[in-house]
Amino acid sequence: MNSSRLQHLIPGLVIFGLAAIVTWLSFTQEPASSFLFPRIISIAFIGLAAWNLIRAASGLARVGAGISGAMFANIAPGLVVMLVYIFFAAKALGFYVASIIAFFAVYTLYDPAPYSSAKDWFKRALVTLAFMAIIYGLFARLLEVQTPRGFFI
Amino acid sequence: MEFLGYFGGVFELKSLLLLFGGTIGGLILGATPGLSPTMAVALLIPFTFHLTPTQGLILLGAAYTSTVAGGAVSAILLKIPGAPANIATALDGNEMAMRGEGARALQLSFLASGVGGVIGVLLLIFLTPVLAQWALQFGPSHLFWIAILGVTVIGSLDSKSFVKGLLSGCIGLWLSQIGYDEIQGTERFIFADALTGGIHIIPALIGLFAIPQVLDMLAKGRSKVAIETIEVPKYSFLDSLRELIASVRALSIGTVVGSIIGLIPGVGGQIAGLVAYDQSRKFSPQRDKYGTGHAEGVIAAESANNAMVGPSLVPLLTLSIPGSPTAAVLLGGLLIHGIFPGSDIFDKHPQVVWTFINSMLLGQILMVIFGIYTAAWAARIARVPMPIMAAGVLVLALFGSYSVQQSMGDVHIMLVMGIGMFVLEKFGFSAAPLVLGLILGPIAGDYFTNGWMIAAAQDGPWVYFFNGPLNLVLIAMVVASIAYSFWSNMLQGKARKADREAAQ
Repeated sequence: MNSSRLQHLIPGLVIFGLAAIVTWLSFTQEPASSFLFPRIISIAFIGLAAWNLIRAASGLARVGAGISGAMFANIAPGLVVMLVYIFFAAKALGFYVASIIAFFAVYTLYDPAPYSSAKDWFKRALVTLAFMAIIYGLFARLLEVQTPRGFFI
Repeated sequence: MEFLGYFGGVFELKSLLLLFGGTIGGLILGATPGLSPTMAVALLIPFTFHLTPTQGLILLGAAYTSTVAGGAVSAILLKIPGAPANIATALDGNEMAMRGEGARALQLSFLASGVGGVIGVLLLIFLTPVLAQWALQFGPSHLFWIAILGVTVIGSLDSKSFVKGLLSGCIGLWLSQIGYDEIQGTERFIFADALTGGIHIIPALIGLFAIPQVLDMLAKGRSKVAIETIEVPKYSFLDSLRELIASVRALSIGTVVGSIIGLIPGVGGQIAGLVAYDQSRKFSPQRDKYGTGHAEGVIAAESANNAMVGPSLVPLLTLSIPGSPTAAVLLGGLLIHGIFPGSDIFDKHPQVVWTFINSMLLGQILMVIFGIYTAAWAARIARVPMPIMAAGVLVLALFGSYSVQQSMGDVHIMLVMGIGMFVLEKFGFSAAPLVLGLILGPIAGDYFTNGWMIAAAQDGPWVYFFNGPLNLVLIAMVVASIAYSFWSNMLQGKARKADREAAQ
């Protein structure tokens, strides 16, 4: 089995597993009248998931290039920042402080400019603060959205 | 001519400011490669919460119109279509820009967009009430089949794979059932506290459209993508206007093709531009010049993709079936403001709907004016470095999804759905059918339950849902849409196989 077929097989299996759980829940939960429409959906869902899985297993599912190791390596640092930012920092530190850190981190991690240049570090900090000032003006002042304050604001 | 009575609402100060802001912002967002019109409209929806429904829809309508036209700027000047709808524009537009005729190409593109757009909105004005009157005959069973038709049409057309398109639609339908069943008062598929209130459409839209684009940008790593800068010497506007009038054949073909394709649910602007370009080339005595920087190519493509905008809202407003992925997001915008599309939309919300449609008419004209004068500026903004854009969209996604219900659960759902969609997209799935399933699921579910209760008191569900000429016509349309997608997918598969064999 080549890596492309294996790559398509894994999401195929995951989706089939999900469809199986949805079907099982739709036909076992009570009251049945509340699950009539989900039952119809689940039948179509599991049928299509099975078809997709068979196509993936037989190597017919060729649409989509999948995720290469190089692509994942590029995404990984940004993804870690995203996960920490959304699931932890935003509430713990407050939206604005967490956003400043997340914006600066993503910008710095993916900025092709050299890390040795003080001018580029200054530019990154300036762009971050300018962008966050706009976000603060928009959400805190104009729309008056109350955000979690956390340790800071 | 009822619409004329509601023009006053468009000229209120706040409405006008929103129309101006939405048009200019949409042009800039449209010109920015990597930010699709669908994502731009999805990110704007949270801002409309603080506006009246009319004002919110004016902002979304202006953004929808101008992002499609704005995509031509980067297509012409950078050869990077700002949106899929502008792929055909890049073919001749960029060649013109390389010859130093960038200003001419941009002016022709905005003028053609304006003409196509105005005619498209006029179709929206005159066709929608007719279709709405016709839709008055529909009962719950018909509306159920229409909702299913909406999912199958867009689910199968906006995806590279027939199975994966329909599967995406099914996932969306299932996600829409999570939460409390209001009729029975029971929980359905609540696996986590954040899901107790169901999946709110706005965080879902932001996650499904914005997060995959952020991850796509990050996937390029720390690469320094050099974007060639093209000088744009000035060009006489009157000369462009004369040239547009002289190119009436390309303009007519583009407008007619765009309007027809817009009326077909799910097809969208990408196909409108390419089909119009192809048809215009076939009917042109100068067909050999297409692809070498021929103005007619730009005119046909741009008039088509903007003529598509108005008609794409006809099935949306009357039957809840969006004509394009962006129209699907707009449907979410309507629903959160309590506007439920259907046969009675003009009776229940005439002020909101007519003011919205009128604003789109005025928006087309503003789009031409602002487009021509801000094109060069927009192109400069389009060169914003990728890391800034990725970081900015991420922060906006957090604030946008939180501001809807002030719920961290919504933010978590947004990110989880976004990462999931990114992975699915890499394996050939598409966000548009999933979103449509998510939006149409509750509508289909409610009509199904209502129909089921009526059927229980009459001849039973089989007779109620599968009998009667209208039910049969709608079921035939569902089957035909699936069969057509299957057939076209087979043709695409054969073409891909032939390409692979030719490459070997």
